[in-house]
Amino acid sequence: MLEIQNLHVKLAEEDKVILHGLDLKIGAGEVHAIMGPNGSGKSTLSYVLSGRDGYEVTAGSAKLQGAELLDMEPEERAAAGLFLAFQYPVEIPGVGNMTFLRTALNAQKKARGEDEVSAGEFLKLVRAKAKTLKIDAEMLKRPVNVGFSGGEKKRNEILQMAMLEPRMCILDETDSGLDVDAMKLVADGVNALRSAGRSFLVITHYQRLLDHIKPDVVHIMSAGRIIKTGGPELALDVENNGYADLVAEAE
Amino acid sequence: MALALAKTEALNARIARHSLQKGGWLGAARAGALARLGAMGMPVKRDEYWRYTDPSSLTVANAPIAALFDAGDEPPAYGAIDRLKITFVDGVFDPAASDDLTLSGVTIERLALAGKADIHWARDLFGLLEERGQTPVERPLATMSTAFATDGVLIRATGKVTKPISLIYEHKSETSDAILHHCIKVEQGADVTILENGPAAARLTMVMEVEVAEGGSFHHIRTQGRDHERRAATHIFARLASDALFKSFTVTANGRLTRNDVVVELIGHDAAAHIAGACVGDGDFHHDDTIFITHAGERCESRQVFKKVLKNGAVGVFQGKILVRQGAQKTDGYQISQALLLDDDSQFLAKPELEIYADDVKCSHGSTSGAIDDGALFYLRSRGVPLKEAQSLMVLAFLAEAIEEIHDEAIAEDVRERLRNWLVRHEK
Ligand SMILES: Nc1ncnc2c1ncn2[C@@H]1O[C@H](COP(=O)(O)OP(=O)(O)OP(=O)(O)O)[C@@H](O)[C@H]1O
Ligand SMILES: [Mg+2]
Repeated sequence: MLEIQNLHVKLAEEDKVILHGLDLKIGAGEVHAIMGPNGSGKSTLSYVLSGRDGYEVTAGSAKLQGAELLDMEPEERAAAGLFLAFQYPVEIPGVGNMTFLRTALNAQKKARGEDEVSAGEFLKLVRAKAKTLKIDAEMLKRPVNVGFSGGEKKRNEILQMAMLEPRMCILDETDSGLDVDAMKLVADGVNALRSAGRSFLVITHYQRLLDHIKPDVVHIMSAGRIIKTGGPELALDVENNGYADLVAEAE
Repeated sequence: MALALAKTEALNARIARHSLQKGGWLGAARAGALARLGAMGMPVKRDEYWRYTDPSSLTVANAPIAALFDAGDEPPAYGAIDRLKITFVDGVFDPAASDDLTLSGVTIERLALAGKADIHWARDLFGLLEERGQTPVERPLATMSTAFATDGVLIRATGKVTKPISLIYEHKSETSDAILHHCIKVEQGADVTILENGPAAARLTMVMEVEVAEGGSFHHIRTQGRDHERRAATHIFARLASDALFKSFTVTANGRLTRNDVVVELIGHDAAAHIAGACVGDGDFHHDDTIFITHAGERCESRQVFKKVLKNGAVGVFQGKILVRQGAQKTDGYQISQALLLDDDSQFLAKPELEIYADDVKCSHGSTSGAIDDGALFYLRSRGVPLKEAQSLMVLAFLAEAIEEIHDEAIAEDVRERLRNWLVRHEK
């Protein structure tokens, strides 16, 4: 599904290098988790994959089902099936959540040459999905993320993911800021989307989330590289012992 | 002295081709206005009130040529709204393109015809609010309209008017120089909506005087635009009695020069005045909103919401003042003016002012200018919304607070659609 090879990334405006030759391969239907110390470059990886400005790729490639993501505009990546649930979802005053979702959904459909969904169909769909995520109708009417609590913003990310039905979902610390019940809700939302044709990359600091979203593979990232890859037991190891030994071992 | 002479000479040149019509109640009003105008002369760039906008193209003898603009297949404004249409072509009434001027709850007359009578209700309004609006600063172009307007409408609403009255201004001559003057009287408890749209002429000078009696409501939505080269100086003078409501919204797209003056006096208690504007300018575009609100009654509310989107060197100006007179306690005044600059060449000049002589008031004002939020733009794109569409969404979001001032959702949607089309045409 997603294949990243030897990815080197620096900040566009400074000489600071953040990713130092990162390799990652996620098969169709798989769930991978990335854990790693603060500042190791996890969010940077997710931003570079989705095409945010401010970063310069100096070497490497990132392919989604064989197509080079790094050559595409952000909207083309989305239409190709990439989705990033932001660590810090953005507030957009003046743009209603519904308008936003419908515009996004129809733009992707249009880009893929599919029929747009009608207003009625859309409404039915969004209401049903919002209900399972316990997002009330009032929230859907408000401007995107404006005045949402931290947890509401994260649930709104998952709602977008459920509506857009991407193939490759990246979740950047979607669990941070969620209470226990909300985390369960979000995990259920993710699990409901798990399928043979859809893959997940879950960035998290806590084993807790991985109790709910069971990963196939766990990677440890440090200083812009994947330093260790293993099964779910690796996350438990980190939870109990921290990163120090793993980082020392890698060096 | 040299300045006064220059103003007088400019005035003589400016009015040389316009004749003063005599006779009737209107003739007397015009003569009075001409005398006042003679003492003022034309505005010049050195006038403080024209500091940010060069009035010379508005005061030069002949209207600068303005090419007609082909709007293509864009539907005309308010197409889906049931309304009574009154059309002026280059300032001249067009009966063929106008409806019968009868509508329940209101009398509608043309100034050119009604002015010939000896007595008329409009005699107590025509030119009077304009004259009151000459302090603290002179607005000679308004006085010129009182003296030389060739036509206009006199509207007297006595009840709830069943549909909007739509003034349509067409521009068919590249050199037309139109002067119009409207008077609108909203009687006690009456309710009327006035729509305006169209470029009107190569150059338009216009006044609308609005008197709203106790408990009356006046709604006004104006679509100024289309022809890129047209110029306009418009003025609204309004006076509100107790419990009166005045709402005026203007959307401006295109036009080389637009100066919209709005002067509102809240005389009675518990009255409300909302004035809002959304403007989008690309390139050779200069747009000036100059607002003056006087709170004289108690517990009145005023709201000014002005938003400008500017690109390719377009210039936006906002001069807004709230004056709270002694005794106007519990005044609630709000003023916001904001510009979204789509590039570094565009410019927004704002001069917000508060002058308060009462001690128990709530007044706020703010002015900002900035670019589109990159973070929000990326967020939209990451969800699949193409760049241009994402920018348009952000622009409309920026304008939303102003558009929300339109009371009627169908009309608001018409305005939004117009703006969306404009954004598509001006993507570069
Ligand atoms: N736009 C930027 N400008 C300056 N520094 C940046 C920028 N983006 C990332 N960095 C730096 O790059 C490094 C990696 O940041 P990143 O946000 O990717 O880390 P992270 O692994 O997601 O951390 P966390 O676990 O705290 O979310 C950090 O040192 C960060 O300060
Ligand atoms: Mg991060």
